[in-house]
Amino acid sequence: MSDENAPEQKVKFYQKGTYTVGNRLVNVRQRSVQASMDRSNSLTCGHRACQGCGEALGARYAIDAAMRATNNQLIAINATGCLEVFTTPYPETSWQIPWMHSLFGNAAAVAAGVAAAMRVKGLKQVRTIAQGGDGGTMDIGFGCLSGMFERNDDVLYICYDNEAYMNTGVQRSSATPVAARTATTPAMGANPGNSFNSGKNLPLIAMAHNIPYVATASVAALHDLEAKVTRAMSLHGARYLHIHVPCPLGWGSAPHDTIQVARLAIKSGLFPLIEAEHGMVTATVPIRQPVPVTDYLKLQKRFAHLLRGGEENARKLAAIQTIADNNIKRFNLVRKEAPRV
Amino acid sequence: MYKPFAITLDVGSSLVNHTGSWRTERPVFVHRLPPCNAACPAGENIQGWLYHAEEGNYHLAWQEIMKENPLPAIMGRCCYHSCERACNRTRLDETVGIHAVERFLGDQAIQHGWSVTKAPPAHCGKVLIVGSGPAGLSAAYHLLRLGHEVEIREAAAKPGGLLRYGIPRYRLPRKVLDAEIDRIIQMGAVLRLSTPVTDLLEVIREGNFQATFVALGAQKSRWVDLPNDGSIPISDAIQMLRSLEDEIAPSRLQGKRVAVYGGGNVAVDAARSAIRLGAAEVTILYRRSREKMPAHSFEVKEAVEEAVQLKCLRTVEGIQQGQLVLEERVLTDGNEPLPTGRREFMAADLLILALGQEVDTDCCLAELPEINLLAGNLQVDATMMTGRDGLYAGGDMVPSERNITVAVGHGKLAARHIDARLRGTTYTPPATAKPATFERLNTWYFADAPSTHQPVLSLIRRQSGFEEVLGDLDESNALFEARRCLSCGNCFECDNCYGACPDNAIAKLGPGRGFAIKYDYCKGCGLCIAECPCGAIEAVPEEI
Amino acid sequence: MLKQMEGSRAVAEAVGLCRPEVICAYPISPQTHIVEGLSELVKEGRIDNCEFINVESEFAALSVAIGSSAAGARSYTATASQGLLYMAEAVYNASGLGLPIVMTIGNRALGAPINIWNDHSDAMSMRDSGWIQLFAESNQEAVDLHIQAFRLAEEISCPVMVNMDGFILTHAYERIDMPRQEQVDAFLPPFEPIQMLDPARPVSIGAMVGPEVYAEVRYLAHYKHLQALERIPVIAEEFQARFGRASGGLIRPYRTEGAELIVLALGSVNGAIKDVVDQMRADGHKVGSITVCSFRPFPLDALRQLLQGVRRIVVVEKNLSLGIGGILANNVRMSLRGLEQPVFTVIAGLGGRPITMHGLQECFTKALAGTLEELHFLDLDWEIIRRELHHARSERRSGPVAENMLKLRLQGRSDV
Repeated sequence: MSDENAPEQKVKFYQKGTYTVGNRLVNVRQRSVQASMDRSNSLTCGHRACQGCGEALGARYAIDAAMRATNNQLIAINATGCLEVFTTPYPETSWQIPWMHSLFGNAAAVAAGVAAAMRVKGLKQVRTIAQGGDGGTMDIGFGCLSGMFERNDDVLYICYDNEAYMNTGVQRSSATPVAARTATTPAMGANPGNSFNSGKNLPLIAMAHNIPYVATASVAALHDLEAKVTRAMSLHGARYLHIHVPCPLGWGSAPHDTIQVARLAIKSGLFPLIEAEHGMVTATVPIRQPVPVTDYLKLQKRFAHLLRGGEENARKLAAIQTIADNNIKRFNLVRKEAPRV
Repeated sequence: MYKPFAITLDVGSSLVNHTGSWRTERPVFVHRLPPCNAACPAGENIQGWLYHAEEGNYHLAWQEIMKENPLPAIMGRCCYHSCERACNRTRLDETVGIHAVERFLGDQAIQHGWSVTKAPPAHCGKVLIVGSGPAGLSAAYHLLRLGHEVEIREAAAKPGGLLRYGIPRYRLPRKVLDAEIDRIIQMGAVLRLSTPVTDLLEVIREGNFQATFVALGAQKSRWVDLPNDGSIPISDAIQMLRSLEDEIAPSRLQGKRVAVYGGGNVAVDAARSAIRLGAAEVTILYRRSREKMPAHSFEVKEAVEEAVQLKCLRTVEGIQQGQLVLEERVLTDGNEPLPTGRREFMAADLLILALGQEVDTDCCLAELPEINLLAGNLQVDATMMTGRDGLYAGGDMVPSERNITVAVGHGKLAARHIDARLRGTTYTPPATAKPATFERLNTWYFADAPSTHQPVLSLIRRQSGFEEVLGDLDESNALFEARRCLSCGNCFECDNCYGACPDNAIAKLGPGRGFAIKYDYCKGCGLCIAECPCGAIEAVPEEI
Repeated sequence: MLKQMEGSRAVAEAVGLCRPEVICAYPISPQTHIVEGLSELVKEGRIDNCEFINVESEFAALSVAIGSSAAGARSYTATASQGLLYMAEAVYNASGLGLPIVMTIGNRALGAPINIWNDHSDAMSMRDSGWIQLFAESNQEAVDLHIQAFRLAEEISCPVMVNMDGFILTHAYERIDMPRQEQVDAFLPPFEPIQMLDPARPVSIGAMVGPEVYAEVRYLAHYKHLQALERIPVIAEEFQARFGRASGGLIRPYRTEGAELIVLALGSVNGAIKDVVDQMRADGHKVGSITVCSFRPFPLDALRQLLQGVRRIVVVEKNLSLGIGGILANNVRMSLRGLEQPVFTVIAGLGGRPITMHGLQECFTKALAGTLEELHFLDLDWEIIRRELHHARSERRSGPVAENMLKLRLQGRSDV
C-alpha cells in the first residue's frame, strides 16, 4: 500500500506517526524528503559540527528539499560561519552539491551573481540558493540581502538562525533574544544577559520588500519546512526562508534536546511559523499543545539567570511571555485547526 | 575539471573524517516489552501483530496472533483485555482497541478460512487432554503445531467448556466459537464428546498417552445457607448460564423480578441474560461499593444501560414471605463495608447466586495420591506439571486469576513443556525484555484522538435477544484502530532517527529492514534517541 | 574606426566589445560614466545577452561579479577610491578564488579629507590583493587594455584591474580608434572557466585552508603573477599584430638609448614626462623615460635590464605611502637590488594637483645635477606646512590639518 502509485491517503492527525519524518503507512509521496532512501544528503557525514547541531540538521533538511524540488539542479552560496567552517575545512568537504563560499557578508550578492549568470546562459532550470547564519544574514550581510530582495533576484536566501555568532564563540547578534547570555552579553551585573532591546524581525523586514515569498521554519517542523522550501522553489524572484536552528553549545542545551528546544520555541509562541507572499501573510501554523515560555527557557543555560527567582526576574519572564503572547495574537497561532507539522 | 589546489574540493570528501571517534555514548536499537504484551496472560505479541495489521496485512497479523493464541475471534470478544488497561496510549488519550482489532482479525480468518499448518510429525508424541475449555483447546492446538498427536476428552455434548457453557451467546456467537474450535480439530485433534473421564490412569494406559493435560475448570458454584422460608426459589448463575446453551426462549423469565447476588462478571452475565429472558426487573446485589465490583466496569456500564439495577453495600440475610431480607452496609474510612444492622426488604421472584466458583473435588483427579484438590488448590510447578510426573494441569483448576486468557496461556505453557518433555529437552521461555514505559516515548509524534468505539447494537435489540452486543469493526475502522498503536519499545519505521541525525549517520535499509547506525560517523548526540517516538533506541556508554 | 569621445564612454564601448555577460554597477566618481555608458549599451541591445545589475554598494558589485564569474559568466565592474576600499574584502576574495573578473578603476584620491580628484592612492591600497594591475597612459590604451585584460584574466584565472586616471582620462575627450567587434572576437575567445559552479560536476569552492597548506596556496597565487609576466608581453604583441598599434605590455621605454637619467611613472602623467624628455633631449640632456604599464605583476627583470648602468633614476608617482614615501619607487629599487644607482622619488599630483612640465623639468634637471632630494614633493607649499606645524606645536589639537586651518581662519587669526 505504500508504493508510488497507491492512491493518496488521507492522513489522520491522530494516527501513528502523524508528525514523524516518514511513515511506512502513508503513500511515499506524502512522506518527507528526509524519509526517502534516495534523498540527496546534500550535507553528508564527516562534517565537524558539534553534537546535536541544529544548523547541520536544518541545512540538510532545506537543501535536500530544494534538491528534490529542482531535480538536483541547484547551486548554493554560503556565507562565512559555522556552516561554512564545519563543512569545508581543507582537504574535505561535506557538500555534495555545487557550493561556494565567498565572504561573511556577501552571500546574497554572490548568489545574485550566480542567478544572473544562469539567466544569461539560458540555464533556467538551475536554481540558486544563498545561505548563512543570523549574523551573516541579519547583521553584516543585511545590505547585500536587502539589495538582492529589492532587485528581486532569482535567489532563495536561507537564514539558519541560531541567535548569535556561534562560529566565533557565541557573541551577540541582532537575532539574540532579550536576556540571553552570550560571550558579549555576559550574565553579570544588574542586568545580566542581552538587553531588552526592540529586536529585529528579519522575516517582516523581508516582507516589507514585497518579495514573492517569505517564510519561517524550524528543525522541529520538518514537513512544514520541506513544504516551504518546495513552495519557495516553485516561485521565481527573491525569496527568504528563516529557519530556527538551536545551537547546543551556544544555548547551553543538551545536544539531544535540539529538536525539543526548537519545538518548544514554536509551542511557546516565541518562534511563529508563518508564510507570506508579496508582503501579505498567507498562512501560519497553529500551535499544537501551547506551553508557557518558561518551558522553552528552562532547557537552556543561556537563560539560567532568569530562572533563579526574584521580583526582577519575574518581571523579565513576564516581558518575555508578552513577546510570545503578542506573536500568538499577531498571527492567530492558537486556534482550532490541525497543524501541518 | 582542473580544481584549484586546496580552495576547491571534491564533493563528499568528508567521508574520510570519521567523527564517530567523538562519541562517548552509542545509540543502539532495542526491542522493549510493550505493556500490552507484558499484560497479556496468553503471551500475545500484540504490538507485533498490530504492526502487520496497521499495514493492512491481516493474514500476517493473524498468523502472529496464532503463534500464541489459537482463539483470536473468541478472545477479541470475551477476553477482559488486560492489555488495554496497560496500554500506554491511555496516558495520551484512550487505549488502543486491541480486542476489537483482534476480533476483526479472528473474524477475517473465519471468513477467509485461513488455517494453520501442523508441523511435520517428526518426534511425534501422544498427549491426552481432559476438558475442551480454553486451556484444553490451547494445549491441544500448540501440541498439534509442535507435531504431536492429541486426543481431547470432553464430558459435555459440545466442546468449549466455559466458552460455551459460561459465556452468553450475546457476547460470543456460537458460530464463532464453533469455527475456532473446528479449526483446531481440523488440524488433527481427536475430540471425544460426552466422554467423561473417571479413571484417568486407566485411560492413559489404554491410550498409551505419554503425557496428560487436565483442565476441568472451576464449575462448582459457591453456595450460602440463608434462612429461607422457601418463598423465593434460589438458583446459581453457572447453572443458569449453562442452561442457556440449550434454551434461549425469551419468555422464560417473562415478567419476573430477578435478584442476582454477587459482583463479579458471572453475576453481570447472569443479570444481563435475565433481561434477555424477559425479566421485568433485574437487580444486582453486592456487598461492597460499586467501585469494588470485580466485574469489568464496561460490562457493568452496559448492564446498567440495559436496565439492570445495582444495589451495592447490601447483603442478603434471608428470604421471608416472597421478600429478600437485605442488610445495609456502610463504608468505613478504610473503604471496608461494615454491617449497620439496618434491614431492608425487597420483593423478588428468583434469587440467583453468583458468589464464585470452586474446583469440583469429585473428579478424575480425586483418587490420585500425588494430588490435593482440597482447599481449591491444585498445585502445579512452573512447567504446569502437577505433583504427578507427566500429568499437567491448567485453567481455572489451578491457582491464578480465573479467566479464559489465563487459561489459554496455561494451555500454551503446558504444551511447550510437554513438547520439551517428549523430546527429552527442557523448554526455556525467552528472556523478558525490559519494559517499554510511557516515559520512554516521545508522544509529540502522536496526536490526541479518541479510540474508535465498536458500534453497539441498539439497546432494544440487546435487551430482547441474544444477538451479539458488540458489533464488528469494518476494515477501515480496524485499520484505523490498529494504527493508533504507539509501537511502544519497538521500531515502527517512522524514519525519525534517519531524519533527525545531524550527521547523516543513520542508514535506512528499506521497508521491513529498519535502520543501521553508521558508527563511523555517529557523534553520539542522542537526537535519534530523543526523537524516537517509541523509545526503541537506547544510549550505551562507549568503552575505550 | 576613429571616434572623438569621452574616455569613459570609450571604455564602456570597449568593454561592450568584449561581450561581458554580467556587469555590476554602483556609482562613484570618476568612474560613473563608464557604467552609465554600459547601461545604455545594454538597454539599447548593443551588448547582446548581458545582465546589467544595479547593486547597492561596491562590496555588492564585486560580490555579484564573484558569483557570476564563478558560475562561468564573463563579469565586469568598475569603481574608484572609497568604493575600492569598501569592496576591499571582496577584492582579495576574488583573486583568492582565481576568478577572472575585469574591473576598471577611475583612479582617485582617498579620504579623509574627501577628494574626488585623481591620484593613485586607491590602486596602491590594493597592490597586495593578488589582482593584476595595469595602468593606462591614454584613453586609447585604456580601451586596448580592457580587451587585453579579459584575455589575460581568463588565460590565467586571475582578476585584472585596469587603472585609468580619474578625470584626466575618464572625462577627457580624445580621438579613439575603436576596434571592430569581429577584431575583438578574433582576439578574445569565449570565456571557458577552468572551474565553475555546475550541477553536472559539483565541487565545493572556497574551502577553509589551514597552516598546513595556506602558504602553498599563496605561492600558487603568486605563481599566476609570474605567469602573467610572461603572458602580458605576448598578449600585447598579438594585440599589436591584430589591431595595428602598440598597447599594454609590461613596460614601454621612451628614448632610453644612452640615457643618463630615466624617469618612470604610471598612467597618464607619462604623456607629460615624454614631452619633458623631448625638450630636455632637444637641450642635449641624455634623458629617457619608461611607462610602467603592469604594476602587478611588477616587471623586476625587464626594468633591471633597462636601468642597469643608468646613472640617475627618477620615479614620478601619484601616491604617498605615509611613513616611507613612494610605492612605485620602492618597487623600482627592488629591481635594482645589489646595484648602487640612487632612485629619486617625486611625489606629484596628489588629490588632483596639476603636474606641470616646468615642475617636472626642474626636478629632472636637479636629478641630473645630483641635487634632488631622495624624496621630493613636487610643488609642495612649504609655507602652509611650516605654519601648520608651528601651530600644531604651540597648540596641541587633534583633528585634520585642513580643518584646523579653517578653524583658525574663522577665528580671525591673521597668520593663517
